[in-house]
Amino acid sequence: MEAIILQILNGLDKGSAYALIALGLTLIFGTLGVVNFAHGALFMIGAFCAVTLSRILTLSHTVIDESKTDFLGNPLKVDVPYVYDFFGQATGDAIIDWAVPLSILFAIPVMMLIGVVMERGLIKHFYKRPHADQILVTFGLAIVLQEVIKYFYGANPIPTPAPEAFTGSFDFGAMLGFDPNMIIYPYWRIIYFIFAAIIIGGVFAFLQFTTFGMVVRAGMADRETVKLLGINIDRRFTLMFGLAAAVAGLAGVMYTPINSPNYHMGMDFLVLSFVVVVVGGMGSLPGAVLAGFLLGTLESFASMGAVLEVLPGINQIVIYLVAIIILLTRPRGLMGRKGVMED
Amino acid sequence: MLGLDSKDFKLLLIVAALTMLAPFILNPFPEGSGMAQFNAGYPDLMQRFVIFGIFAIGFNILFGLTGYLSFGHAAFLGVGSYGAMWMMKLFSLNVLPAIAVGIIVSGIFALAVGYVSLRRSGIYFSILTLAFAQMSYALAYSVLTPLTGGETGLQIKSTDNPLLSTIPEGEIGRASLFGLDMRASYEMNAGDWLFTFNAGYYIAALIMLLAFYLSIRIFRSPFGTMLRAVKSNQTRMYYTGLNARPYTLAAFVISGMYAGLAGGLLVAMDTQVGPERMFWTASGEVVLMTILGGAGTLIGPVLGSGVIKYMENILSKINKDILHEWFAFLPDGLEDFIVAIVYPFVGKGWHLTLGLIFMAVVIFLPGGLVQGGQKIARLFRGKKASEDSDEKSTQSTPAE
Repeated sequence: MEAIILQILNGLDKGSAYALIALGLTLIFGTLGVVNFAHGALFMIGAFCAVTLSRILTLSHTVIDESKTDFLGNPLKVDVPYVYDFFGQATGDAIIDWAVPLSILFAIPVMMLIGVVMERGLIKHFYKRPHADQILVTFGLAIVLQEVIKYFYGANPIPTPAPEAFTGSFDFGAMLGFDPNMIIYPYWRIIYFIFAAIIIGGVFAFLQFTTFGMVVRAGMADRETVKLLGINIDRRFTLMFGLAAAVAGLAGVMYTPINSPNYHMGMDFLVLSFVVVVVGGMGSLPGAVLAGFLLGTLESFASMGAVLEVLPGINQIVIYLVAIIILLTRPRGLMGRKGVMED
Repeated sequence: MLGLDSKDFKLLLIVAALTMLAPFILNPFPEGSGMAQFNAGYPDLMQRFVIFGIFAIGFNILFGLTGYLSFGHAAFLGVGSYGAMWMMKLFSLNVLPAIAVGIIVSGIFALAVGYVSLRRSGIYFSILTLAFAQMSYALAYSVLTPLTGGETGLQIKSTDNPLLSTIPEGEIGRASLFGLDMRASYEMNAGDWLFTFNAGYYIAALIMLLAFYLSIRIFRSPFGTMLRAVKSNQTRMYYTGLNARPYTLAAFVISGMYAGLAGGLLVAMDTQVGPERMFWTASGEVVLMTILGGAGTLIGPVLGSGVIKYMENILSKINKDILHEWFAFLPDGLEDFIVAIVYPFVGKGWHLTLGLIFMAVVIFLPGGLVQGGQKIARLFRGKKASEDSDEKSTQSTPAE
């Protein structure tokens, strides 16, 4: 029993990441009809926003501390971050400690900007070209983006810790009446799940309850008619691209404490996210979220010892296996609309 | 000649001449000169040129003709490699049976994957092939370790006992063709130049020419026309009473067998194989090669694989010191500035250059480098000729 609960919990955080990326992919596909292979790169850039901000916050200048001396008797040189000068030591430490959550504020405008520039500068010219061309050009863009990041940040993973307050683990089992230390779960993963839920809820609320969202949904259903009504749907879709980029970026920001970011993390996630989108149904937002959590949980169940004994190696391939079965038996995916990309 | 029209025959002759004279052509700079690092005429790299050329030619038969974009083609290369490897470990160190088994194994695998994947088209087909390839990779990496050697891969060891050949005590087995060692090389000194003629390269090159010839025949055959019909309008094909599935499946299997041939040749040259050969980035690479050179053209894939392998091996070797040496004639400040600008694009950053070139090709030259070459040629030929060739090219664009 406790093993099952543990696997569900384990599946949730991976599933959250899948769901967030797949949500962004689906937003782009549903609005603009573009298959974006560079979406993983956006996730990766988001993660590096967190790295950048924590580097900016720890920018320091050297001062000579007269009160301390090194072993030769010279005054000691100490690196003092600029934030100490602005906010004092205690607040400064807290700010540096909270760099990752603070990066959310930093990442949103950056990612929106990157998304909008990408759409206006490149993707716009590919609406009329075949899907294969869109895949290829965004694939090329993904290579370029990850190489740029590699140039500036190097090829090694950069550890970016969560705030001190969240580094521990939560004894989930004790709460449910199991023995202590049976089911423990890192705090940050809980935060990640809650964060993902908030973002997903936010996106859905935005589409469902605002006028802007209503127009976008109308445009997804029938772009031509919305245009004929005199609404500039292209501009709204561009903004949706920015929003999708921001969602991917935020997923990346919050993922940094779980997995130290490196330049090819996006590609690793992208392949799986595409599978998630296809399983959920091309163009279906609830489908993408559902499939993300479903496949994340499935993957963690498949890596249980008992399952591996019966079917060795199943944890490596279960997602692909499910995708193949779904594509062959129900090509529009779990919640895809009939007739959308169904051939 | 050989069932080709004069234009195709000329193309085949040119390719044959280029591959046969490659040790000269790729070594234009004398040994020990500053430019010697641009020499690509060493056996290992030349073998890679032709082997990946075969891989890309095969991919082009699928993607260039039918328009089905497979994102998991490296799986066939890997499966072919493993098949060839086992043949060498168990049967004989002769490369011919190994390559034959590589082709057969990957052909069967392609038949199975293609039968399932071709039920869908477009993006779904890409995802399905990707999923199959990733599954093969993951399995080769983990569960199938007894068969694939897992992370370390397979090599011929002195403990292996091939049925028909013996491995000398304490040596590693070497692939051969009826006693001709694949690594045997003849070196020729001509002044400052050093040319290497490698047995393995020439065998691979001959096979590549054969593969190239076959692909020309496929392109010009009624079968090739059918495949082009699949690309341009599948619905119309159905309405004329033709079922597209057998044709696309045949194309898929043929291109899988080409990949198996390339995999078998890779094993024949370096007698080792690892699962990373099946990773999806390897599949992405063959897509890059084909598109870069020109999908749907005869020579494009060979050109693309040559460009990419050259960049991978030569461009990546340029470091900061070499750049400083080159720009030493400039004033110091300017030299540092130029080096700082150029440096991100070479050396370890060669992927960046590749990505940029690739994007430029997809955006501006959907026909790849071949189309670029045609455009330039048209510029030189002047306006009158260009009108003629325009007419011609509209008739035979997909195959040109």
